[in-house]
Formats: sequence, C-alpha cells, structure tokens
Amino acid sequence: MVTFSISPADFDYIRDFVKRRSAIVLDDGKEYLVESRLLQVARKRSLTSLEELMSKLRSGMDKSLLESVVDAMTTNETSWFRDLHPFQVLKERILPEMCNGSNPKKELNIWSAACSSGQEPYTIAMIIKDYFPMREGWDVKILGCDLSAEMISRARAGLYSKLEINRGLPAMLMVKYFQQDGRNARIKDDIMKMVTFRQMNLVEQWPFLPKMDVIFLRNVMIYFTPQVKKEILRKARAVLKPGGYLFLGAAETTINLDDSFEVLRLNKTTCYRVRT
Amino acid sequence: MKALIVDDSSTLRMFVRKMLKGQGFETIEAADGKEALERLAEAGGANVALVDWNMPVMNGYDFVCAVRALPEHNDMFIMMVTTESELDKVAQALEAGANEYLMKPFTKEDLENKLALLGVL
Ligand SMILES: C[S@@+](CC[C@H](N)C(=O)[O-])C[C@H]1O[C@@H](n2cnc3c(N)ncnc32)[C@H](O)[C@@H]1O
Ligand SMILES: [Mg+2]
Repeated sequence: MVTFSISPADFDYIRDFVKRRSAIVLDDGKEYLVESRLLQVARKRSLTSLEELMSKLRSGMDKSLLESVVDAMTTNETSWFRDLHPFQVLKERILPEMCNGSNPKKELNIWSAACSSGQEPYTIAMIIKDYFPMREGWDVKILGCDLSAEMISRARAGLYSKLEINRGLPAMLMVKYFQQDGRNARIKDDIMKMVTFRQMNLVEQWPFLPKMDVIFLRNVMIYFTPQVKKEILRKARAVLKPGGYLFLGAAETTINLDDSFEVLRLNKTTCYRVRT
Repeated sequence: MKALIVDDSSTLRMFVRKMLKGQGFETIEAADGKEALERLAEAGGANVALVDWNMPVMNGYDFVCAVRALPEHNDMFIMMVTTESELDKVAQALEAGANEYLMKPFTKEDLENKLALLGVL
C-alpha cells in the first residue's frame, strides 16, 4: 500500500524544482494534484513511499526521475482542430497566401511548439495533405516539440484511443487517415511522415531551428510568469520568417508582453505577426 | 436551429436534449428510425439529426439510408452518435450519407466540437 500526504516543505521543493526546470507555476492549492501525480511516478518506479521518492529526488542522482517528475506535472490536454478557427484560417488564408508564388523556394516550415500527444501537428499535416497536395518540388516540414518525453513518444507512435479520436477529429479524416489497431486508431504513414517530433524545453536554450512560416504556440504559456512569456515570445519572433504567423491559445496574447507583434483578427480567431 | 435526436435510450436523449437546449436548439425526439421518419415529416425537417446506430424497429444505419433517399431532407446534417467505434463503421455511415460521427461515451465538449465542425454551432 502506497501512502502519501505531501508536506508543505516537499510541496515547495517540488514546485521550485518544477518551475526551474519547466517554468510551470504550481499555485497554492495544487497540493492534491502534485501528490496524485507524484503517486503515478512512484507507482511506475515501484517506489513505496513519498519519503523514498523525495529523497531520491533531492539527491539529484537519478536524472530520469527528475525528468519524470517534471513530465508528470505537465498538463497535456489537447484535441484535433482545437478551437477550429485557427485551422480554418490556416487553410483558407495562410496556406493559399504562402503557396501563391510569393514563395519561390517552395519551402514551408510549420512548428507546433508544445504539441502534447501530436494532435496539433497532425491536424496541420492532414489539412496540408487534403487541401494543398503539394506540387512537385515543394518541401513541407512540420515540427512538433514538447517538454514531455512521454508525450513526444506518444506523438511519434501516432496511436490514439477511442476517447482521443472522438475529440474534434472530423469523421472524414478519421476514415481517410487512420487505421484500426485493436481498439485504437493509428495514424497512417503518409500523415505520420509529414511530421518530425523532438523533445524541447521552451525555457531552456533553443536548438537551431529553421525559420518558420507559421508557429503554433498554443495553451502552454498560460502556465508561465509574464517574464517567461516575454522571453519565449522574443525567441519565437526570432524564429518566425518575415510575414510569418503566430497562433496562441484562446486565453493567450502578446498584448502587454511583446509590442513587436501586431494583432490580426481573422474571421473568428486572432493571430500575430511581427510588425514591419 | 432544430435538432432531431434519435436514440432508444431515453436517458441519452435527455442528456443530449439538455446540451442542445443550452445551445439554443429546438429539439424533437424519436426512439427508433421509423419513429424518427414520422417526427421528421411532422416537423417539416430539421437542421441536424443525431442518430444512434443500435435501435429496435429501424436502426440508425437504415434510417440514414431512408432519409437520404428523401430529397426534402437533403440539407439536413446527420451525425451518428453511437457506441460503434470501429473505423469500418464510421466509413459505412459516411457512405450511407452521414456527415459526422461521435462515439459514446462523449463529453459535452466533444459534442460541441462536432457540431462546430458541421457549422451548426
Ligand atoms: C495543454 S498542452 C497544449 C497542447 C496543444 N498545443 C494544444 O493547444 O492543444 C501543453 C503542453 O505544453 C507542454 N509544456 C509545458 N511546459 C513546457 C516547456 N517548458 N517547454 C515545452 N513544452 C512545455 C506540456 O508538456 C503539454 O504537452
Ligand atoms: Mg441504442
């Protein structure tokens, strides 16, 4: 029997540590959440008490344990075509604009910067496959990144439960781009191979990234302090091509954080572009 | 907006009815496909039908085939709402003329997402 009851000191230790590693802020009152997620980590590692887990953590010896604890504190909720309108704008305005000859290199780079289990970058891939069957010579790259190693490996596997498949995925695309795999659905190779996944921490130094035409940085900065948001927006700006588009989550904005972005209201969604 | 809810479970119908009313829909209900065709004729049509697959008398699949043979309901969107969750079934429903597919169990948000995809929300 594993028994847990997190002490204030342990809670503070965890939240300092998680904040340092991921910028995720765990507010007061999240004790229960932290405890239950630590419980999951302990169970997976066959540790029998909170003390054991905490002392291993504090020793700093087990790097993969540190990573698992941070990973366990991430909220990975996502869906296909989340909020719908950003993807309509991508399909109806941005992609046509980018494929109309103003792009002589015929290169398109799209980045899903906190992609969770892959629904966001795969949604983008399906849209491109369906509406922009790339003519000869086009080079389309979709990159999906996330802090969570577990999410990245799930995204790479492309295997989704019935509950996940139910969340926002149009039936037409379900049939066209997924195949039955036991009780789950697996995304087909032609979509899968359009997306590259890699683990990346937005609050550490960014690796070399190609210049992006479109960045999806959605529903991740909500967990961060304004200072961290500013820093991430500054870096995103440097990665964005001139004229490129940034999408944030419905509850996120650049306003009062980074004035170099202009706010564009397109149909029912908002996106951002670097002012010229 | 008018929605037709077809399911042999009155609990399920109530659940869906509450969600749809909350979104400002007018609703009509039926417990099987045959009754659904009657209700639909009485009501002079609906904007969207949410249709269970497994029902007595006339199942949801047969209902979709029947209603798609009636030109007056051409514009009505049909969404299957069913425990059937094999992709083959999804394909079969689409071929018969359904426009969307929601698997049970589902959340309020799942239903809203699908209605948004159909453009009725
Ligand atoms: C709520 S999900 C959003 C997924 C998707 N973008 C969407 O909008 O549906 C947030 C994701 O951000 C990731 N995340 C949290 N902190 C991060 C960090 N510092 N660097 C990179 N990803 C991070 C989490 O692992 C989680 O998968
Ligand atoms: Mg039934």
